[in-house]
Amino acid sequence: MNEVSAHPPPGEPATGQSVPVSAAVAGAYPGAHRPDRRRRVDSSGVGISVVEWGDEGDPPLLFAHGGFDFAETLNVFAPILARAGWRVVSWDQRGHGDSDHADLYSWHADTRDAAAVVHSTTDEAMPWIGHSKGGVLTMQLSEVLPHRLSKLVNLDGLPSRRFVPDVAEQRNAMMSEAALGWLDHRASLEGKQRRPGTIEGLAQRRARMNIRMSSEWLQYLVTVGARQDADGWRWKIDPTLRMGGLGPWRPEWSMARLPALGVPFLGVLGLELEEMGWGTRPGDVEAYLPSGARFETLDGVGHFVHIEAPERVADLILEFLS
Amino acid sequence: MTTPSAACPSPVAPATVLRHGRIELALHRLVDADGPNLLLLHGLGESTPSDPPSSIVEAWPGAIYGLDFTGHGASSIPSGGGYTSEVLVADADAALRHLGSAVLLGRGLGAYVALILAGLRTDAVHGVVLADGPGIAGGGTEPGSPSIVAPAERWEGTPDPWALAELATDVRPQDYAQAFARFVLTAHPDDHPLWVSARVRPPWLESVVEEAGVLEGSIPDALADLGRAQG
Repeated sequence: MNEVSAHPPPGEPATGQSVPVSAAVAGAYPGAHRPDRRRRVDSSGVGISVVEWGDEGDPPLLFAHGGFDFAETLNVFAPILARAGWRVVSWDQRGHGDSDHADLYSWHADTRDAAAVVHSTTDEAMPWIGHSKGGVLTMQLSEVLPHRLSKLVNLDGLPSRRFVPDVAEQRNAMMSEAALGWLDHRASLEGKQRRPGTIEGLAQRRARMNIRMSSEWLQYLVTVGARQDADGWRWKIDPTLRMGGLGPWRPEWSMARLPALGVPFLGVLGLELEEMGWGTRPGDVEAYLPSGARFETLDGVGHFVHIEAPERVADLILEFLS
Repeated sequence: MTTPSAACPSPVAPATVLRHGRIELALHRLVDADGPNLLLLHGLGESTPSDPPSSIVEAWPGAIYGLDFTGHGASSIPSGGGYTSEVLVADADAALRHLGSAVLLGRGLGAYVALILAGLRTDAVHGVVLADGPGIAGGGTEPGSPSIVAPAERWEGTPDPWALAELATDVRPQDYAQAFARFVLTAHPDDHPLWVSARVRPPWLESVVEEAGVLEGSIPDALADLGRAQG
């Protein structure tokens, strides 16, 4: 693996310094390192792209990304863990990054794909880290494959009901609006493609998810998460995917898995509220923490804790894993 | 993904192929008649019947259609599973868009799908009948212990083994089903748009039956009443 540079992490540029866009678009963001290895795993006929950082002989550590992310959003964070002696294994969830675009998507299918990646990595228990949807996924997987888990780290993947109205009529109206939007989206899939654009344009769109990240990091992300077609750059994510939708899922279903955990747990919560998160507050989590759990909150950091503060979060994780 | 089968149960016309994302759905016209449309939604693992029961044909005054859900009947089979009840709702929505409007008659899993679609597309769905059939119970009102859901055995063709494995366990909270029942009832306050013919009453359906304005009765009685309302 290449040496990780001593540049400040993304989103935290040194005062008075700016990273030239030309360097970012060349795929050379300071501190970023693309995966050392790539492989594919077949999950019931769907090809899953798996990437790894670090020495192949080092102990493995699994990282599950969040919804609408992809494994190479870890290009700064994963190398820090790898440099500390971990073989960091991550994958693009079906429809994301370099994994196949599937005919259908579901929680069952994501769980099955994750298990296929686990099985392809080691027969031993290993630590898992999950961010956002990946945190929910790894919490579910902790009940599905408890014998494959040694420690669990959850990065802002603890859903709460903060954004769910208490009044049934309001809740139902919100549900109906989201469901109709999803149905209309399903009705418009014929020939649907991601909108092409420039690197700068795609970076601006991504900035709605990563509101505190620098334009240099966002533009770098385009170069590793989008493809260049004749008419411009397109994010690789399947255009049939859409945030939100139809279904009875409840945030508390995920949080209720926490007390059942039988392995050491570290939870990390960014305190800056933003659209991509669940609005979870420390008090929402504390009642569910298993005995001996460690729970950290980060001031001034939003939902993407490991992207906004990679060194701080890596330090927490490395200390926990040691 | 496999393409739709040439097999077609329709006695009056070849199946119409509808696109839903990467899936091709088979919509069968079973009875050709003037008047309001009745759309049949089959149960888990079933497909559109080649001959709808005479009690249905005799009770309904208009055309009768049947939709094969994704991975069922003559519809195409997705690769790698990923089924949800919600995707089937979108299947039925594709059929509804093609027809313009319809009364829905759902069996089992199809009943649950019919309720949700009726609650969302209140302008196009003028009534819904919930009947017994495979998959009526679902996976309970909240998640149980999770597991890797996979078919016990694999085969080519429909019903897709992944559909049978994944669609049998979807969670159906009572207040969720109740919300869709209310959407149906409040959209048609002067009619009785929601009938329950099922004798099996899992919790989600029990909560529907408890809503004021829901009628219980046989399928022919329900269709006759809804047919009159359409006339």
